[in-house]
Amino acid sequence: MFGYYMELALRSLKRSRALTALMILAIALGIGACMTTLTVLHVLSGDPLPGRSASIFYPQMDPRDMKDYAPDQASPSQRFPRQLTWVDGMNLLHSRRADHQALMVGGQVAVQAAGQRMDPFLSSSRYTTADFFPMFGTPFRYGRGWTSAEDDSRSRVVVIGSDLNDKLFHGEDSTGRVIHVDGRDLRVIGVLEPWRPAPHFFDLNVGTYSGEEGVFIPLSTARDFLLARAGGIQCWGKGSGDESTLESSDCAWLQFWVELDRPEKVAAYRDFLSHYAAEQKAIGRFERPANTRMLDLMGWLDNEKVVPSDVRLQVWLALAFFLVCLINTVGLMLAKFMRRSGEVGVRRALGASRVSVFAQLLTEAGMVGLVGGIAGLLLSWMGLWLVRLQPVSYAKLAHLDLTMLCLTFVVAIGATAIAGVLPAWRACRVAPALQLKSQ
Amino acid sequence: MQIKPILSALRRHKAGTILIALQIALTLAIVCNALFIVHERVDKVNRTTGLDETNLIAIGNDYVGAPETFAPLMKTDLQTLRSLPGVVDAYVTNAYPLRQGGWSTGVQTDPDSKKEGISTALYFGDDHALKTLGVRLIAGRNFNAGETQTVKREQQPGSPQIIVTKALADKVFPDGNALGKVVYLAKGKPSTIIGIVEKLTSPWIENNYVDGDYVVIMPVIFDSSFQNFLVRTQPGQEDAVFKAIPQALYAVNRMRVLPEKLGVRRFEDVRARAYEADRGMAILMSVVCGVLLAITAAGIVGLSSFWVGQRRKQIGVRRALGARRSDILSYFMTENFLIALVGVVVGVVLAVGLSQWMFTHFEMKRLSLTYVGIGVVALLALGQAAVFAPALRASRVSPVEATRSV
Repeated sequence: MFGYYMELALRSLKRSRALTALMILAIALGIGACMTTLTVLHVLSGDPLPGRSASIFYPQMDPRDMKDYAPDQASPSQRFPRQLTWVDGMNLLHSRRADHQALMVGGQVAVQAAGQRMDPFLSSSRYTTADFFPMFGTPFRYGRGWTSAEDDSRSRVVVIGSDLNDKLFHGEDSTGRVIHVDGRDLRVIGVLEPWRPAPHFFDLNVGTYSGEEGVFIPLSTARDFLLARAGGIQCWGKGSGDESTLESSDCAWLQFWVELDRPEKVAAYRDFLSHYAAEQKAIGRFERPANTRMLDLMGWLDNEKVVPSDVRLQVWLALAFFLVCLINTVGLMLAKFMRRSGEVGVRRALGASRVSVFAQLLTEAGMVGLVGGIAGLLLSWMGLWLVRLQPVSYAKLAHLDLTMLCLTFVVAIGATAIAGVLPAWRACRVAPALQLKSQ
Repeated sequence: MQIKPILSALRRHKAGTILIALQIALTLAIVCNALFIVHERVDKVNRTTGLDETNLIAIGNDYVGAPETFAPLMKTDLQTLRSLPGVVDAYVTNAYPLRQGGWSTGVQTDPDSKKEGISTALYFGDDHALKTLGVRLIAGRNFNAGETQTVKREQQPGSPQIIVTKALADKVFPDGNALGKVVYLAKGKPSTIIGIVEKLTSPWIENNYVDGDYVVIMPVIFDSSFQNFLVRTQPGQEDAVFKAIPQALYAVNRMRVLPEKLGVRRFEDVRARAYEADRGMAILMSVVCGVLLAITAAGIVGLSSFWVGQRRKQIGVRRALGARRSDILSYFMTENFLIALVGVVVGVVLAVGLSQWMFTHFEMKRLSLTYVGIGVVALLALGQAAVFAPALRASRVSPVEATRSV
């Protein structure tokens, strides 16, 4: 029976080509616009560390002085500096209360391989501590990360990203080689596989969708050399933002992440944090009432509103656009089905039940949906290709994945079937006698 | 034209009528909001910087290595740039308009104030800065060569002389007598306002924290590895100078990086890069509006054609009873006008609602009524244009149709 319906549908669709083409085009444009924008949103609001993110947390506290202190007026985002001071970061790091913990800051350095004639070039850098690699599960192609002992001994070592390794060493195992970083010699001990979590959750200051870092250097070593720091810094009181005395100044400029794999540990760490802040207040380092917070990774991204508002606006625009396209299709389908009242009348008079007429008309609507969906998919591929041509930082991430692919078809066929319900319902209710009489 | 028979005919096509009206309403709501966004973005992109942006080249430069001081390197580079054929002037700075990255600081009139002060952008420069930028000094004087200080990375800059923009001068001293007054940008370091420039914008295009027109220029050479050079060329020499710069700089000193994207740039490229997201959004919105209007028009054509086809017999009867072609034509035109009218009325409500919603969720300005007006006229006209062809076909139905059965 279904085959027969398909044949009828094909025949009817062929009869009014312009109308059919218009319906398919409208559906395809709507689907294409929706899927393009939804895919971008999906990618941008995705989980940067799937499977791991639930146990990664971002502790925060408020070490500022009483100036401008207004707890009632402060919006939630102003209640805490976004980052930690060196003193607090080091205290938390050395207390080792979490499964893993890492303190970090970003930067930019000039890089050159030892003994090569290539001109130096700029590379983004991350100055961090040993746990960074195991905590975030960074994949290593060669070598290893450094150890806490190497952190403490301010080792002149470096882990480099895959892009940098390709550029400097043509992708070979470069462990043991030496590179110049801002004129200082560092020994390569590890090379990462391509690794670009999106969003760039561990440091949003250097760009929400910032690309792969070129070099990873122990924080202590980077501070020894006073390597150039990038990202935000917030100072209060006597804090001056002076680069050489950042360790002792009243400035928040470091990100601190912890891994806690069980809820009890999370609760315990929260207690530890509030005790820590209370203690700091008791000894007079903190002036404001002790205030701490610890969001998990996805909560932190939510809090920071990482998805650009233009992208959300585009999604709404595309959805509204799709709605207009659908209404348009309903109208056209209604016209098409009602035009065939005569034919429906004959079929009804010859014994076809209302249900079977309804089913047949819905099949026709579904076919429009299927073709529209396929065309829409091609359009969204094209749309995403256009997005990738844009010079924005997240452009290269915009790819259609399996989830979105399936969603496209479900939405396309579902939407057109729903669009077909009203016209099919109206058409199958024509009184056969009336239609036959008017002929 | 009689409205009543049209209304009673429409009552028999409720579903189709409602669908067209709804489509027109939604299209209106989306199109006038989208056009409003386009308008805002275009306004933003067309904002001026106060600079003479033609014949201006910006250079991002990073010195490699860790010498005691970078000042001599900068001095040599400046001499090299200034002596290039075709160059009018050049200076070195931390930031410039549309760079999308720079310094901000607070201005205070009271040295002991506990308050934050007025946030302003901070540019470094020397006596060549104003001439290179092409900004207009409207009061006071330029820096002189002796006033330029070299400031170490660990020092907080606070020159005894500063030049400010008129907007900032008027904000800090509303009485309009800012020239010669003392302000504080760093604790314990008074700065005298020696000059006021007409207009110069901050490095950022989003003015969330710092008003875009508040700028302070200090006669400072900031001693750090990353520097920006600005170069003004003679008219017609921009291309030649643009090509000559990398070679000239590398010839002086190879131990530097001119970054791939932010190295040597014409100022028009700086501008294009700063506003590319806004331009992209404006283009996208325009395309969506165009496609949406086209689809709505096509939908009206489709449904009207169907109605005409369905009513051939009735048209024939009317023609046989003496109706003229123009009567039939105007019947369909009026019918569409009535539907479109209902559509735009609903659409205006939707448009205002949508704008209110975007106002709360996307921090956008409220829709101006001009755009609603333009949208209403555009959609009514679109409806009339779309229905014209089917209506014309209807008017050509011969009276003979009345006598034929379908």
